[in-house]
Amino acid sequence: MMNSSAAPRAPLAFDVDAVRRDFPVLARSVHGKPLAYLDNGASAQRPESVILAVDDYERHHHANIHRGVHALSQEATGLYESARDRVVDFLNARSRHEIIFVRGTTEAINLVAQSHGRSTLRPGDEVLITYLEHHANIVPWQIVCEQTGASLVVAPMDQNGEVHADEVVGRMTPNTRILAIAHVSNALGTVLPVQQLVAAAKARGIVTLIDGAQAVPHLPVDVQALDCDFYAFSAHKLFGPTGIGVLYGREALLERMPPWQGGGDMIRSVAFERSTYNSLPYKFEAGTPNMSGAIGLGAAIDYLQGLDPVAVHAHERALLAHATLRLEAVPDLRIVGRARHKASLVSFVVAGVHAHDLGTILDQDGIAIRTGHHCAMPVMTFFGLAATARASFAFYNTFDEIDRLVASVHRARALFA
Amino acid sequence: MHLTDLYRDVILDHNRRPRNFGPLDAATATIEGFNPLCGDRLTLRLRLDGQQIGEIRFEGEGCAISTASASLMTEAVKGKSRDEALALFERVHRLLTDDAAPVDEDLGKLAALSGVREFPARVKCASLCWHTLASALHSPEPAALPAVSTE
Repeated sequence: MMNSSAAPRAPLAFDVDAVRRDFPVLARSVHGKPLAYLDNGASAQRPESVILAVDDYERHHHANIHRGVHALSQEATGLYESARDRVVDFLNARSRHEIIFVRGTTEAINLVAQSHGRSTLRPGDEVLITYLEHHANIVPWQIVCEQTGASLVVAPMDQNGEVHADEVVGRMTPNTRILAIAHVSNALGTVLPVQQLVAAAKARGIVTLIDGAQAVPHLPVDVQALDCDFYAFSAHKLFGPTGIGVLYGREALLERMPPWQGGGDMIRSVAFERSTYNSLPYKFEAGTPNMSGAIGLGAAIDYLQGLDPVAVHAHERALLAHATLRLEAVPDLRIVGRARHKASLVSFVVAGVHAHDLGTILDQDGIAIRTGHHCAMPVMTFFGLAATARASFAFYNTFDEIDRLVASVHRARALFA
Repeated sequence: MHLTDLYRDVILDHNRRPRNFGPLDAATATIEGFNPLCGDRLTLRLRLDGQQIGEIRFEGEGCAISTASASLMTEAVKGKSRDEALALFERVHRLLTDDAAPVDEDLGKLAALSGVREFPARVKCASLCWHTLASALHSPEPAALPAVSTE
């Protein structure tokens, strides 16, 4: 480290070329053009180290965990549990009892809805969400509201796609039991004022869940500083494998919650009269889990923690600013979602060119974006749109890729003119 | 494959100026088509005169492929009998999905849709209106049909 008398360190220039070499897929071409992968909000790519960690596990260490006395089972258990320790560190959880491996964000939210929600909600209770939630943070609450007689309350957003804290707090009533909100909107990129909202909810005794699927790749997350009760994310948006994700839960709450799924690892003892359940976190990990996925997630966290977070963040901010500036200059193009605080993604529509056609034309130029409703149909309805095009960036994206995106949008406009 | 195979002039023209677009007052059947993948929605209205499609119009929001396909379809089936229209549906379905089959040039303007089969992600855009029509024509009571989905 530098000694304290040295001048403040200038931000390092972010070596995007070096980072790109860590991601094998970025070297390929699509339809004869270099791949410009701008669909990171749907799923991010994996660095070599993640691929190798999964490969090493599959080749040398695989066996079922938590049961065998043989060497492979112990190795697999060690690797799986060490991945959990990486997540504890990544989220700054208090203990490994608070980190539950699930299939992804969707399963994490369903777990909380069906275990905590179903066992505590009563008729007349309210679950508060916002207008810009992903379907995965709407439908599980609709289901549990139907089961319990609770009702779903939706806090509004404005024309910029911004959610104002006072609008959400204003909808907290003595009947509000759960606040479930996105940290970052997948469709618009809006960063929500989660710190403020969690504090307001906590002061009223409301349990809080944050859908962090779009936040963890872009923002540092500290669950103790946030003070939320639950935080959910998926590995595959964090440069890790699919089919694995994390539910962080405050230990005291998790202890009180009934198991959600039965069988396998969640059992302590079974008799036909009565079974007893395993301790945390295993109480919520029924069945043989996704070991290779968890190990891949651990490797993804290791990779991310090896990057300079300040430089990564600065690069992503610069990508967002560049994309916003360049896209705004395209005639007939409208950016949807103009929140002051946004993650590095841009949702947009082009008059006269349907998003789906745009997606095909960009694909022919090697550019991958997402087109459609982004599993956030209420957001699309709010803006009177069936679909938008969404370019979502990761730290391995470049200014040149954004320029190619813009050139391709011009080409699409010319075709449909 | 090239973009111009997909977006041929006929397709671009029918997207810009869709034929038979708008409401139909004396409809005997109204059927909704929905593509959950992209959110495209289509409302197809027909007036059946006995076994004959006397009038057919559509409305909705969709991509160029789905708009042009619906426009071309309404032109092609207006005045045709139920059986003739269903036979045409089969031929277009083959055109859109069967890579191995030679392009059925007898389809006239509809043959412009053949480029779609090189773009598998877009086949449903072109076929949505046709499935919606077939559903209406197969039903003895088309007025009471549920929405048709591509999924």
